[in-house]
Amino acid sequence: MTSDPLSVTFAALADPTRRAILARLAEGQASVTELAKPFDLSLPGISKHLKVLQRAGLITQSRNAQWRPCRLEGGRLKEASDWVGEYRRFWDESFQRLDAVLQDLIQEEKIRHDDAGRKDDAQD
Amino acid sequence: MTTQGEKTMPRTEYVIEPGKMDITTTTVIDAPRELVFKAYTDPKLFARWWGPRRYRADIEKFESRPGGEWSVAHVGEDGSRHAFRGVNHDVVAPERICQTFEYLGVPGHVALQTATFEPLGDKTRITGQIVFQSVMDRDGMVASGMQSGADESMERLGELLDEMKSGK
Repeated sequence: MTSDPLSVTFAALADPTRRAILARLAEGQASVTELAKPFDLSLPGISKHLKVLQRAGLITQSRNAQWRPCRLEGGRLKEASDWVGEYRRFWDESFQRLDAVLQDLIQEEKIRHDDAGRKDDAQD
Repeated sequence: MTTQGEKTMPRTEYVIEPGKMDITTTTVIDAPRELVFKAYTDPKLFARWWGPRRYRADIEKFESRPGGEWSVAHVGEDGSRHAFRGVNHDVVAPERICQTFEYLGVPGHVALQTATFEPLGDKTRITGQIVFQSVMDRDGMVASGMQSGADESMERLGELLDEMKSGK
């Protein structure tokens, strides 16, 4: 495995508990105890996950306040979502264009079909 | 979930799992699969949709048959050119195309991609799978066209997490 920043970020994101922690932190900062509450996890257990997220640069933990709140760091997440985003943009746009081309083809076929129908009507 | 505004817009699902060598995309498109297959195999039609709008597709070779070569370049308004090429392994009307894929900006990193078309009434489900030779190849390919958008990270967090979830 490579240890470039993006790989570290994705490895950190690969765990459902850590994603849930990030989703919670997207709503605002929280203490370790608050973060542990929704999960069936001990404090050392949650601390382990937080450490992985910290190492990946996805969160930071304040050293000043006594309750040491954790907070989401948007920069690294943006990098990760940009990475996925570029591939998505390519194909989202391609498929939108494909859809337009296909709708054109369907229209053309309809017109041809209607014209044929009109000729039949004229003969009646 | 974000809405695109237009109701006929195809919605594509992406599965890009961390540490894997492949990418899978699924799209349902509002057209019968014979037409979809045609849009994938007729060079004139293909040039009209493959790639971002800001590029013109310049088709050099497009032999839609087993063993046939394909070579397409995206040309930007500034003259920039991104070339892609490969060989068709299977072209099975109207259900499947399997081919190699190489971005000539990074030559030598060849991927295998398969597009499968399944009928869903009058619609078609397109499943695309691309398998790279390594995780680094895959990640490099995704990142190669990267131009950081102005999107807010928080807006896209939800989308990203959804993708990672579906990748589980």
